[in-house]
Amino acid sequence: MAEVRLEDISKHFNEVIAVKDFNLDIKDREFVVLVGPSGCGKTTTLRMIAGLETITGGNIYIGKRLINRLPAKDRNIAMVFQNYALYPHMTVYQNMAFGLEQRKTPKEEIKERVREAAEILGIGDLMDRRPKQLSGGQRQRVAVGRAIVRKPEVFLFDEPLSNLDAKLRVQTRVELKKLHERLATTIVYVTHDQVEAMTMGDRIVVMKDGLIQQVGSPLELYNAPTNIFVAGFIGSPAMNFFEAELVRSGDLVNLQTDSFRLDLPSEKSAVLKGYPEEKVVVGIRPEDLLEAREHVPGKTIQTTVEVIEPIGSEMYLNVSAGECALTASVDRKTQVKPHQDFILEPSLDYLHLFDIRNEKVLS
Amino acid sequence: MERFGSKLVRFYIPTALYLIFLLFPFYWMANTVFKSDKELYNLKLNPFVIHSPTLENVVHLFTQTIFLKWMWNTFFVAILATLISLAASLLAAYAIQRLQFKTSGPTGVAIFLGYLVPQTILFIPLAHIIFKMRLWDSLWSLVLTYPTFLIPFCTWLLMGYFKSIPKEMEECAMIDGTSRINIFRKIILPLCLPGILSSFIFCFTLSWNEFLYALAFISTTTSKTVPIGLVTELVRGDVYHWGPLMAGALCASVPVALVYSFFVEHYVAGMTGALKE
Repeated sequence: MAEVRLEDISKHFNEVIAVKDFNLDIKDREFVVLVGPSGCGKTTTLRMIAGLETITGGNIYIGKRLINRLPAKDRNIAMVFQNYALYPHMTVYQNMAFGLEQRKTPKEEIKERVREAAEILGIGDLMDRRPKQLSGGQRQRVAVGRAIVRKPEVFLFDEPLSNLDAKLRVQTRVELKKLHERLATTIVYVTHDQVEAMTMGDRIVVMKDGLIQQVGSPLELYNAPTNIFVAGFIGSPAMNFFEAELVRSGDLVNLQTDSFRLDLPSEKSAVLKGYPEEKVVVGIRPEDLLEAREHVPGKTIQTTVEVIEPIGSEMYLNVSAGECALTASVDRKTQVKPHQDFILEPSLDYLHLFDIRNEKVLS
Repeated sequence: MERFGSKLVRFYIPTALYLIFLLFPFYWMANTVFKSDKELYNLKLNPFVIHSPTLENVVHLFTQTIFLKWMWNTFFVAILATLISLAASLLAAYAIQRLQFKTSGPTGVAIFLGYLVPQTILFIPLAHIIFKMRLWDSLWSLVLTYPTFLIPFCTWLLMGYFKSIPKEMEECAMIDGTSRINIFRKIILPLCLPGILSSFIFCFTLSWNEFLYALAFISTTTSKTVPIGLVTELVRGDVYHWGPLMAGALCASVPVALVYSFFVEHYVAGMTGALKE
């Protein structure tokens, strides 16, 4: 049983603040993904849990144990590194057995555990090879295998898929998720790839500049981002943002830009009650922009198609409406050509409205 | 045919020329060794050919001088100085590169500065120290002074090598419960074997050929190393005993040449700090 609890964790490298006020309760057997752009402090946080980095402030618990000053080897964790860190002078078997040997596990048990792990990962026939004789995917499996033979309480993954090609990455993603179910242990996983985060995590922690932006399930983050950063970071292609002036008429509010107007439904208008500014940032996901047959002022947007990106399953249209550039994800069978006029109808219920000053969502 | 022609011009001929350039000293030494004095000083004969081969110079070297003793002395000093320097350099380089203490950078620079002090300046104060330590005229004086120029170079060479080993390997081992010393023994040392070999060759050849300290600190014939022994015992006044001298030089250069040719690949890899995954 291993919950991981991080209380007010902070990390300073001299003057630079890498992580600040990090609070997170990771439940037993939970798959938590830390995601964010490079330099956001996600790897530093992971390394602090691992014991590879000292913490400047706060407390870290694994289970009920306070582990702030516990050396890495006593934390009962295993880590898979981005570059796998396999020992090039050892065979796959030796690589996997190394950790157990260091802990003076009996020879027979080592053999059994390595065999078991190799079977789970399907690398049984690679045991006598050296890392340089393996493909990227195989190395990755060996690195995972080396972690699971130890049967740790917590697994830490530091961008383990970023060195794989796209197809293999998708495949390994699924395998890792299956592995998590099978092993039933806590996993903390770091990635900069939001798709990876969305598909794998039970819960996702979005970070930026050392601060947690939002913690939630993939769909929570997608449907209800708390600020512009999370809204723009989660989802692909990214959410469209534009600034709009508020035109109030009674309880209803209209959003006015230089080239189009959107009439907000009453629930959305209610959100803006008491909002003191005259402008808001509006966010709408590409998949919430639908094709419309005719232009209805207040409901649809008249645009000109700039670039078409067919990706097969659907089609991304980069369009412009006056100064405002939008991306829409439309049906793959849509008949459209560049420079053609195109009418889009935003699903107004899925519109996100953000405070123009602090970039937080208005709700 | 054309390809062979271009390879001939671009590869075989330059290689052959280079080979001649490199091997000519050895040829010249061997050529001189097997000639009698009479033949050697006869300017009318073709100097590149041996007309009446003789072993008298070799016999002279091994019977009239204690060449084998000098060889042993040289080997003894070179191997010990090398081992001491390697041990010190390995620990120093690892500490500077990986332990990240506050003064690790300056320490590295300070060690390098030590390398920049020329031997010709250093041997005077060193002589004083050697004398105080009552090591004058002892082989141990050389064993202890050679590391002064071996350690700095090796430390820097190995630092570059350690740098090329991904830190994550150590971190992974650390999480696995390996102690620092075991990480060093089981992961770092095997991985930087090429670097260690290069350092070894470098130290060994430098110690083997060292002249100045050996000349300054050793005076008894039985304690001399080969470079000193040959020059002091086979050059009498203005008389050069070319035959035995060349025989000694040839015998002394063979071990070094062998060491080089066996490990040359590692040596190059070590110099460029390349750790191929």
